[in-house]
Amino acid sequence: MTELRPDLAIIAANIAPGARVLDVGCGAGELMAALRDDKGCDARGMEIDAANVSSAMMRGLSVIQGDADVDLADYPDAAFDYAILSQTLQTTRRPDLVLEQLLRIGRKAFVSFPNFAQWRIRVSLMWGGRMPVTQQLPARWYDTPNIHHVTIDDFRGFLKERDVQIEGQWFLSGDKTTTAAGANLLAEHAVFLLSR
Amino acid sequence: MKDDQRFGLNAHVKLLGPLALDGGGSLAPVEIAYESYGTLNSDASNAILICHALTGDQHAASNHPITGKPGWWTRMIGPGKPIDTDRFCVISTNVIGGCMGSSGPETDSGDGTPFAMRFPVITVRDMVRAQALLMDHLGIAQLHTIVGGSMGGMQAMSWAATYPDRVKAALIIASTARHSAQNIAFHEVGRQAIMADPNWRGGDYYDGGKTPDAGLAVARMAAHITYLSEQGLTEKFGRQLQNREAKTFGFDADFQVESYLRHQGLSFTDRFDANSYLYITRAIDYWDLAEDYGGVLASAFRGTKTRFCLVSFDTDWLYPTAESRIVVKALNAAGAAVSFVEIASPFGHDAFFLDVPEFDRVVDGFIRAGGL
Repeated sequence: MTELRPDLAIIAANIAPGARVLDVGCGAGELMAALRDDKGCDARGMEIDAANVSSAMMRGLSVIQGDADVDLADYPDAAFDYAILSQTLQTTRRPDLVLEQLLRIGRKAFVSFPNFAQWRIRVSLMWGGRMPVTQQLPARWYDTPNIHHVTIDDFRGFLKERDVQIEGQWFLSGDKTTTAAGANLLAEHAVFLLSR
Repeated sequence: MKDDQRFGLNAHVKLLGPLALDGGGSLAPVEIAYESYGTLNSDASNAILICHALTGDQHAASNHPITGKPGWWTRMIGPGKPIDTDRFCVISTNVIGGCMGSSGPETDSGDGTPFAMRFPVITVRDMVRAQALLMDHLGIAQLHTIVGGSMGGMQAMSWAATYPDRVKAALIIASTARHSAQNIAFHEVGRQAIMADPNWRGGDYYDGGKTPDAGLAVARMAAHITYLSEQGLTEKFGRQLQNREAKTFGFDADFQVESYLRHQGLSFTDRFDANSYLYITRAIDYWDLAEDYGGVLASAFRGTKTRFCLVSFDTDWLYPTAESRIVVKALNAAGAAVSFVEIASPFGHDAFFLDVPEFDRVVDGFIRAGGL
C-alpha cells in the first residue's frame, strides 16, 4: 500500500472490509484504491477536477466529476455504508447541507478537516494580525479554497445542534495523533466518524 | 482466426433473421456490413464493439472506399492506440438503415428493386438487435467493452439495457438518453429539405437518374452547425471572407463559413444516401430509453453489472453535459459502477472525432480497467 495521507490512513483503518464506500472529493483516488486493494471495498468517488477524475479512472476506479454542493443530491438514500468527505468540508459553499447529504447517502460518514483553532494559527492571528499562512494552511486569504474555516469545537457544537452522533474521533498533529481533550488547541487535523 | 472469413476488412454477412422490429413487422434477411481490426482471442473475451454516429459507417479505422480518406476514428483505434488492436478484436458495423452495405433503403427488397421508402422504420434498439445477431454469428457471447459517441452512445446504452449480460463495460460519449424537442426539430429541418428536393421523388431515385443531392446537402449543412460550437466557428472562420478582398454584395459564398458549409454539404452527398438519412434521423428521434421502462431511466439499468463511463464535452450544445448527467444519475440510482467526466474542448459535439488528448486518456484508462 502506498503511503496514505495521515487522515486518510485513519479512515482506511476504520472502515469494515467489503463495505460500500463513496469518497466525496476523492482527488486522484488514493484512498479508494487502497480501500479496494486492501479491504475489498466497493469504492465510488466524486471529484470536481476533470484531470483528477481521469487519473482515478486510470486506476480502474469509478469516479464521477461533480460538485459536492450540487451533485450529491443525485444519489439515492443509504446507498453506501460510508460516505467520506476528507479535507473538503471547509471548501464547500454550504457545509451544513453537504453534511446532511453525506448522512443521507451513507449509513455512516467520515469527515476530516483542518482545525482553524490550532495554536499556531491562533498565535499567527493574534500577534501577526493577519490571516495565517502556515504549513497546514498554506494558501493566502484571497486564493485559499477554504471558504468556511471551522474549529474542532465549532464542529462538535454543530453536530450537537443537529443530533448527529459521534461514533469515533481522531486528532492529528503532523502525522501523530493527539488526545481529544486538548484537541481544539493542539490538533492540526480532525477526523470524525458520524451517524444519525 | 487468420483464415476465418468472418473477420477482416470490408466484411459483409447476410443473416437469415427474421429480426422483429420495434415498429412491428420484421426484417429478413438481415444484411450487415462490418470490419474487424485485431484478433479475437481463444475465449472470445477481447471483443470491443464500435458504434458509429448518424452519418458514420463501419470504416472506423480503414480508408473509406468512396472518399479514400482515413476512417473516422483512426486516431483512436489501432496498434498501441487507446482502443488497442494489439490487445483487442475491434468490431465496427454499419447500422441497419445505413447505406454502406447493411440492410437499408438502398438494399434489395427481395423483388430485385431497392426498398426505398418501403424499408421499415427502425429504432436504435433494432440497430442493436441486428448487431447482437452479428455477435452471435462471430461467436462473441460478451463484449469486453462497447464504445459509441452520439448515436453510437445511444446504441451502447441500448445494448447495456437490452443485453446486460453481454456487455461488461460501456463507454458512452457525447450522448443522451432521449432526443429532445430541439434535437427532433433540427432533424425535421433536414428531412424536409430532402423531401422538398424534386429529385427525391418519394424516395424512388435509385433508377440511375438524378438524386436529391441539393436537399441532402442542405440537411447536412443544418446538422453540421449543431456539431460545432460558436467558439470553434469563431476561431476557425470568424467573419473572414472566402478568397476575396471585399464583400460582393451578392449571394455567392462571401464568407469562409459559408464556403465551408457548402463544401461539407456537397461532399456528404458523395458518400451518403438521402433515404438512409431520413431513416436514421427518425430512429434517433424515436430514441427515449426510459420510455421502454415505465418512464424511469434507472429501471433500464436495474441490477446491472456493467461498468459505465460517460464523457461529455463542455462546448457540446447538441447533447450537452446535462444530458450525460441524467444518465449518470439514473446509473447511480441503479447502483451501477459509473464514471463521468466533462472534458474541455473548443470543438463542440464533434470533439470526440478530433484531437483532445485528455479524452484519449479517459478512453485508455476506462478500457484498461476492464483487464486483459
